[in-house]
Amino acid sequence: MAKMHVATTINGEPEEFLCEPHDSMLDLLRGALGLTGAKEGCGTGDCGACSIMLDGRLVCSCLMLAPEAEGRKIDTIEGMAQGETLHPLQQKFLEMAALQCGICTPGVLMASRALLERNPDPTETEVRFWLAGNLCRCTGYDKIVRAVLETAAEMRGAA
Amino acid sequence: MNVINNKWIGSRTIRPDGADKVTGRASYSADTSMPGMIWGKVLRSPHAHARIVSIDTSRAEAHPGVKAVVTAKDIVEFPLDKSVMLGIQDMRWMSRNVLAREKVLFHGHPVAAVAAMSERIAAEACKLIEVVYEVLPHVIEIEEAIKPDAPILHDFLSFEGKPSNIAGKLEHKLGDVEAGFAKADVVIERHFKTRPVHQGYIEPHSALVSVVDGKAVIWSSSQGQFMVRAMTSLLTGIPQSDIRAIPAEIGGGFGGKTIIYLEPVATILAKKTGRPVKMVMTRDEVMRATGPTSGSMSTVKIGATKDGKIVAAQGTFYLQAGALPGSPIRGAAGCAFAPYDIPNVHSTGFDVVSNRSKVAAYRAPGAPIGAYAAECVLDEVAEALGMDPLELRLKNAARQGTKAAHGPVFPVIGFVDTIEAAIAHPHYKTPLGKLQGRGVASGFWFNAGGESSAQVNITEDGNVAVTTGHPDIGGSRASIANITAELLGIDYKRVSVLIGDTATIGYSNLTGGSRVLFASAMVVTQSTEKVIKTLCERAAKIWKIDPEAVVWEDGEAKPAGENAGKFPALSLVDIAAKASETGGPIGAGVQQNTQGAEGGFATHVCDVEVDPELGIVRVLRYTSFQDVGRAVHPSYVEGQMQGGAAQGIGWALSEEYLYDKNGKVDNASFLDYRMPVCSDLPMLDAVMIEVPNPKHPQGVRGVGEVPLVPPLAAVANAVANALGKRFYSLPMSPPRVLEVLDGA
Amino acid sequence: MTEIRYIAPSSLEEAIGAYAAAAGAARILAGGTDLLVQMRAGVVSPGTIIDIKKIAEATGIEETPEGGFRLGAAVSGAALAEHPRFGQAWPGVLEAVNLIGSTQVQGRASPGGNLCNGSPAGDSVPAMVAAGAVVTLQGPNGRRTMPVEAFPAGPGRTNLAPGEILVSFTLPPRPKGSSDAYLRMIPRTEMDIAVVGVGVNLTLENGTVTAARVGLGAVAPTVLLVEAAAKALIGSKLEEAALEAAAEACRAACKPIDDKRGTIVYRTKVAGVLLKRTVAIAAERAGRN
Repeated sequence: MAKMHVATTINGEPEEFLCEPHDSMLDLLRGALGLTGAKEGCGTGDCGACSIMLDGRLVCSCLMLAPEAEGRKIDTIEGMAQGETLHPLQQKFLEMAALQCGICTPGVLMASRALLERNPDPTETEVRFWLAGNLCRCTGYDKIVRAVLETAAEMRGAA
Repeated sequence: MNVINNKWIGSRTIRPDGADKVTGRASYSADTSMPGMIWGKVLRSPHAHARIVSIDTSRAEAHPGVKAVVTAKDIVEFPLDKSVMLGIQDMRWMSRNVLAREKVLFHGHPVAAVAAMSERIAAEACKLIEVVYEVLPHVIEIEEAIKPDAPILHDFLSFEGKPSNIAGKLEHKLGDVEAGFAKADVVIERHFKTRPVHQGYIEPHSALVSVVDGKAVIWSSSQGQFMVRAMTSLLTGIPQSDIRAIPAEIGGGFGGKTIIYLEPVATILAKKTGRPVKMVMTRDEVMRATGPTSGSMSTVKIGATKDGKIVAAQGTFYLQAGALPGSPIRGAAGCAFAPYDIPNVHSTGFDVVSNRSKVAAYRAPGAPIGAYAAECVLDEVAEALGMDPLELRLKNAARQGTKAAHGPVFPVIGFVDTIEAAIAHPHYKTPLGKLQGRGVASGFWFNAGGESSAQVNITEDGNVAVTTGHPDIGGSRASIANITAELLGIDYKRVSVLIGDTATIGYSNLTGGSRVLFASAMVVTQSTEKVIKTLCERAAKIWKIDPEAVVWEDGEAKPAGENAGKFPALSLVDIAAKASETGGPIGAGVQQNTQGAEGGFATHVCDVEVDPELGIVRVLRYTSFQDVGRAVHPSYVEGQMQGGAAQGIGWALSEEYLYDKNGKVDNASFLDYRMPVCSDLPMLDAVMIEVPNPKHPQGVRGVGEVPLVPPLAAVANAVANALGKRFYSLPMSPPRVLEVLDGA
Repeated sequence: MTEIRYIAPSSLEEAIGAYAAAAGAARILAGGTDLLVQMRAGVVSPGTIIDIKKIAEATGIEETPEGGFRLGAAVSGAALAEHPRFGQAWPGVLEAVNLIGSTQVQGRASPGGNLCNGSPAGDSVPAMVAAGAVVTLQGPNGRRTMPVEAFPAGPGRTNLAPGEILVSFTLPPRPKGSSDAYLRMIPRTEMDIAVVGVGVNLTLENGTVTAARVGLGAVAPTVLLVEAAAKALIGSKLEEAALEAAAEACRAACKPIDDKRGTIVYRTKVAGVLLKRTVAIAAERAGRN
């Protein structure tokens, strides 16, 4: 089968890969590109563990075809920290124990960052509905929601 | 008990594995690859019940890209008439669950597996395996399975002398229930049903296995690398010494990863092909073919005198085992009445097989089912007596010295404290609005001790490396670091905690039974105490004084007093630097079968609001009160309480397995298997009550499982309080709520 | 193994050419939130995947000279939500489109995909039906339009002719005093497929309904336009009797099935409940316009 050549940008760096036309972006990220931070929890867009940013929009990478990445900008959890410096959300999740097993955490963090970029002062209800596509089975969401609200408050204070 | 200043124990430190997990670097099972790796895929049964007449794998084997095919004949056969136990698991059933042998027993039952150059080729080749089935009638529900004319799953099972789907019975008796009921002024008896629910871990099962020169290395996410090694050894015939099981980070388990599915299959494929084989389940496979917990059918009868003293309790609990025996009847029958001091108890559990996937452990296995029935009946007893439901519980609460029907006499326990805290809490006093209701329920779980191993080493630069043998499923590394730092009197950040594989740490039983911190804290404490003794000896050697004259204080060796001599204190760094000259590397390990895990108790308060036109129930407020022994890391203890409450709310309101008429799961996805999402829940308040376990150096009690015991009844009692109508079946989904409301 | 191709043409003509050439073996990719799930489940295995998101007309949001809106079939829910004026004119359509899946799904899922998927439970469809949206289709034989309610043919089936592609939705201009609303019943608060969905579009003059349309989803093989319900509302001041008559019309229109998501009894009852609630929201909004 003829593979397709795709040129894209991942976490700010130009990247090229070969894929089959029906490969999902998640397959490519986790496979050839070695970016295993995005997880496959369902493969049907119901759990959000594979969340990435595509041209600044939050999407499930399991619901995106790899060839669609051509000429686009992709951001993954691996690009969230600046070198050794964690993003305020990452730091707050650690401080407030907003993760247990951690499998949903990359997706939850990507989604939370997307929320705060659009809405720096969300209500609890807004956080809960924004994150409704990110399943977490360990925490009951309590500490996740608190960490997002707390980070938002701190980022507003720092801004 | 050690004298500790509690600088670190009880503090909310940042978990050692945290940065890896928030940056996407933590390596879970499916994140691992190997050079030359190929892919395995399982062929699953399209029938709920059928005899396997023949399996022809030749076309699949000839398919381009296919490297090997396995069926049940490639794994060790365990004859049906001879039990081989590993812990609570019988290998006769485990082997047949991993690959069907005589029959397929549920839709999705593995029949064969293929290894090929890609996952897609392996999946295609599965379709080329020709299986001839003789389809048999199937049975899904308990009430059907126990009928005299039900299709029998296993002809070797009999009950009361007849072929039966009842695979086992367990009974607890205390006193004389008939005499007890005779004394009662109020007797209430009700029947209940619950549906099977899945643990719902977000990470599907997966395994990567390499076999070279007969030696296997297994990377998989499980609740016990030693369980993986032992079961794979039993099923493949490879000795344990030739299997190294490496615990990947685990993406949730809740009991469901205390058994194996893919590991032995991938091992045999890897052995046959000489290449590393990776297998990853889809969500669909997880929902169809891995173990949910049992659905149930129960009857509970409770009698009390006018003054609110419970005089007798009787329970009968039928639990689905799935296709092969082994449902958690012990948890249902044993825990249902355990929170109370009841003189006359008769509690019976029946293990029922039917054509569903084999159940697996789920957080306090069986106990939520027992508590649901018992705590709902208690609520009605309180109503009949005109008593506050928490006061009724308080009046009858088990205390130190109470004998439980399942055997033990309770030592120091904090159950009363949880009820008193609930009564005193603002939540319990807050007025409710229209169509709102409040429910309460309590719960008990056994908790477990068992085998654990630890090694504590001092690094050459004077820091600490701790290794234990339990996969860290929810922050246990942070708690172990807290304890080690506390005992050594050093900064928490100087302690690293690793989970060893089966080759690098001694045998450690499962991450399960709420046992990890209880057991590992014991062996880590003893190891650290040995290290401290060595550190004092080394200081004594440097100072040329008697080791007895050295004490360890605030992270330093000091002379014990004026008489010992005057020496400047030696730090861990100082002593480590001189380790070679004073006797060599410093470290100690302890391996032990830990004892003294005492039961856990909790009381939950739940507020709901019901939309009576649509039948929707929403949880408005939820508060858990739990005796946590000692919260070594409070955030992760709260996390256990909150997570359990959320799972219980799902069980009560929206989660269930649905089957079509062919016995196929009809909702095998996160879309239709409705676990609570973020917008479904309120904040979940967790009130920790610390009544230290006197048998543990830090006072630890297991905290992980009891949070799932009370919620089903707490939610059900809240709905009853809101509507003035009772529900005896879960989940209380919108169509069922309307059915009951409109049935008026 | 079949050869699979992915193409992303930049013109509609090119897309239609490729679609026709594939003779039924092709699938249109807009947001992909249904297509990729179906491909993964093996329900469909297209030979060619035609991504229409590089076609300007399929992804644009335009205000028509008459004062209506034209939405490209592949516009994502998130993009529609960000439009400065669409949500003011058509809050019901917007909330319906924005109820399709999670935030992540909203980044991709489109009203065109939702309609072409042919599910009677698609959230945007009852709202589009209530809005009186007209769809533009283009195929080898040119362009044509049809009312959105004529588009579905049954569960998973549409009235697209062979080789035809759904290009856009056109929503009419809004008279003063108009607004719309959409409500659905799902067991959870998010992430579910509608058990019943109701779209209502109203125009009020001094408190009297002068125009109404009602779309009803998930209660029949296709989304329904319930004209009897609209008739019951028109001319009324939304008195209880009119509301009850409209609710009864919705219940009478239901031809639901018992399935894993809801029972016949439940769906029928809920259709009436939701009609009343949706009308109340639409009327409240219309009163402000």
